[in-house]
Amino acid sequence: MIYPYIPHTNEDRRAMLEAIGVKSIDELFSVMGEDLLLEDSVPISHGRTEDEVQRMIDSIAQRNVRGIPFLGAGCYDHIVPSTVKALSSLPSFVTAYTPYQAEMSQGLLQAIYEFQSMICEITGMDVSNASLYDGANAAVEAAGIMIASKRKANTVLVSSTIHPFALRVLNTWAAGADHVISVVPAKEGTIDLESLEGMLDDSVAGLIVQTPNRYGLLEDYTGIADRLHEQKSLFAIMADPLSLALQRTPAEWGADIAIGDTQALGLPLAFGGPSCGYIAVTTALMRRIPGRVVGATVDKEGRRGYTLTLQAREQHIKRERATSNICSNQALAALMTTIHLSSLGWDGMVEAAKQSYAKAHYLAYHLAQLPGVTLVWDKPFWCEFPLIFSDAKRMRKFLQELRNEGIFAGVRLSSLTRKASDELVLLVAVTEKRSREELEIYLAAARRVLK
Amino acid sequence: MSGPLLIDLSKRGRKAYCYPPLDLPRGFDQALPDLPEQLQRQSIARLPEVAELDVVRHFTRLSNQVHGVDNGMYPLGSCTMKYNPKLSEHIAAMEEFTQIHPLQDISTVQGCLSVMYNLLEDLASITGMSWGSLQPCAGAHGEYAGLKMIRKYFTSHGQSQRTKVLIPVSAHGTNPASAAVVGFDVVEVASNAAGLVDVDDLASKLDETVAALMLTNPNTLGLFEKDILQISEMVHEAGGLLYYDGANMNAIMGMGTPGDMGFDVIHLNLHKTFATPHGGGGPGSGPVMVNDRLRPYLPTPDIELTDSGYVYRWDEEDSIGKVSMFWGNFLVALRAYVYILRMGSEGIKAASRHAVLNANYLATKLAARIAIPYGKRCMHEFVVSAKELKERHGITAQDLAKALIDEGYHPPTIYFPLLVEEAMMFEPTESESVESLDRFVEVFFKILDRAESDPQYLKDAPHYCPVGRLDEVRAVKQPDLRY
Repeated sequence: MIYPYIPHTNEDRRAMLEAIGVKSIDELFSVMGEDLLLEDSVPISHGRTEDEVQRMIDSIAQRNVRGIPFLGAGCYDHIVPSTVKALSSLPSFVTAYTPYQAEMSQGLLQAIYEFQSMICEITGMDVSNASLYDGANAAVEAAGIMIASKRKANTVLVSSTIHPFALRVLNTWAAGADHVISVVPAKEGTIDLESLEGMLDDSVAGLIVQTPNRYGLLEDYTGIADRLHEQKSLFAIMADPLSLALQRTPAEWGADIAIGDTQALGLPLAFGGPSCGYIAVTTALMRRIPGRVVGATVDKEGRRGYTLTLQAREQHIKRERATSNICSNQALAALMTTIHLSSLGWDGMVEAAKQSYAKAHYLAYHLAQLPGVTLVWDKPFWCEFPLIFSDAKRMRKFLQELRNEGIFAGVRLSSLTRKASDELVLLVAVTEKRSREELEIYLAAARRVLK
Repeated sequence: MSGPLLIDLSKRGRKAYCYPPLDLPRGFDQALPDLPEQLQRQSIARLPEVAELDVVRHFTRLSNQVHGVDNGMYPLGSCTMKYNPKLSEHIAAMEEFTQIHPLQDISTVQGCLSVMYNLLEDLASITGMSWGSLQPCAGAHGEYAGLKMIRKYFTSHGQSQRTKVLIPVSAHGTNPASAAVVGFDVVEVASNAAGLVDVDDLASKLDETVAALMLTNPNTLGLFEKDILQISEMVHEAGGLLYYDGANMNAIMGMGTPGDMGFDVIHLNLHKTFATPHGGGGPGSGPVMVNDRLRPYLPTPDIELTDSGYVYRWDEEDSIGKVSMFWGNFLVALRAYVYILRMGSEGIKAASRHAVLNANYLATKLAARIAIPYGKRCMHEFVVSAKELKERHGITAQDLAKALIDEGYHPPTIYFPLLVEEAMMFEPTESESVESLDRFVEVFFKILDRAESDPQYLKDAPHYCPVGRLDEVRAVKQPDLRY
């Protein structure tokens, strides 16, 4: 078989082996020794042509079922302008690597600089990095900054209302290391500030909260930053960046660290990945931020240019003393967010956030009129809300009825927490992308089941 | 010089995108109250206000100031900048995958799970391991997951005193950084004169406090650790485990496996070995693969094939838990799966064989004019030293790299590994033709000529870029990190 990704002809191979001074390619592998060289091919299938692969993938793809998603819980179906895919697919963006050689990578570096700037503008923070893997891993990096910033403090407080998967990822981080994750209880769906008070002591390096939280509810952090700072502890807020078009920013709450995921800003659902984590901090924490950071500077002739900077924090320089182990991040996904935001502008971002707010409230308002479901907590929300069913049978029927209409009605909270107590909670997300017609189909089906 | 920021082109009122008007029943949104005042944002964010064509021209201009594999040769050592097949891009853009939500009912995502499950099976075969997880999003993330598993293994076996991880001097920086993040103490292992792990030094450091040895094989000098069977036996004998950094897996695909070498846990870089694009620094994918001993510790959820299709398994008691928000960088895994389907068992082997052929050819040619301290016979990459050039003409690896940029080549990795002074690490990959390698050698020699005839020219390079060498001290001292 000839491999289009390998350009060598028989003649090339002969000439190259001769130049090297060996008789065969096998001779180049002789150093591996007979014990390690495989006699047979590895047991995977034989190669296929492009067309064969495409057909095979087409048949696999048919086993995925698409529906109109009212699904959120950390991954949202927003409108994405066509510029995003077109420009982020430009081959040099796609096939470059980390811009180690600045002169040859000015375009990429400038795009990252614009990403950092936009994240700072949206969160209100001073310094952003070039991206992290996802929102959950951004929370882990925030916890790492907290531990490193306060001597002898080993505890990170985490609100029980953060995304269940983010909490799992944080627990993985703490287990086996000398870190402690202490969970702050909730009251009526949001963080319980009174119990927080009792948990603050010298061992506490910081607090991580999330708004909109795991239920979609918006939280009020009045007074928290001051209280934490009295203890020399740090405050991190995880937020869907699109929600920050409407709700108070991490900086406005007095947070030291803003974290989250930019999936809502230009990234497809993609079965959950790639997504793109963000982290932004105050100037005071600038040298503790993990991963790549791009800065502007000048060349010898005074021309403005961009370069990777503050690298003394990073693994390739500091090795085991680095602020984080991250190397590859989510650059191309960050570029998609940058193009998305460049296309929307501030007005567009506000419009998307407002329409999501209005449509989610429209659906919630009408669902709340129906028997058998409630919106338990009377708390402000943005584009996602928890619908509580009176019994499991009704919930199953509801999901099935909507499925029959081609609608994925929501995410079962218990599928995230794996707790029986959450079994009757359905998280319903409504973005600006859901049309009036889709909302009415949803409501009509809901009315048929819940009567 | 760099062009303007898009924000500098802003003009109030311009739009690059319009939303359809809100079409709720009249009166609903007027009656809908705003967020409570104490929860409302106080300030506006400065984002570009431009027309669609402004956005298009801006990012097209930026893309013209980036060099990717599609632009030209990119022999960046240890990064495996091979060709990224267009078929993979095409398939990863299919809406049947991009429009699937990660929390859909499991019966509606059987296609995605089939891709993940079958990819894991193939990766297990290729690496000689028993199973793995696709959750880690990059190589360093895979290291993190693998080391977490090692940690958990020892704590659940009553051996929490195993707090050290041994790492050769030649290792990638992420190895010690990941070990530290997981809470291990890092102990360096020396290299011998041949550039391989110093077995005596290793022996002297193995005791009941050692959890693992992290090794890249072939190592970052491009040399195969031929004592690997002895090494793995020594480590296992001392009660430790072996971690394989898969960054250099492109050297041995189909030729040998980390499993046979005795490794217990490894990570792969799908964005290196399996031809998924590097995206300017990610998203990558760093699956962690294990043998039976460590299998119970894999991240949750695992995927299982049952009579009723693929299901998640969450109930593994010994699991380290989740390491990513959802299931990992699925679209990257999908691209790698397409690559493996396309290449097949013979194809992946051919890829590694030609990667090694190309590296040896390039090394042989370059060796005529520049030193290769650990020898020109290599696996998939090799490291030259510009030390002599520096002594004779004051020309450094950095100068040579910048001169290569002027010639349209992305330079090799420089100043790494630390074992070699003025190091330049070349990894041509299997993608380059013999003509392409010959041209590169010709250009490189022309630059070496210039080092003698006109060293200042090289010190001032690059000459043909939007900017010259940048003032990095100023970038650190006067940080300008945002508009």
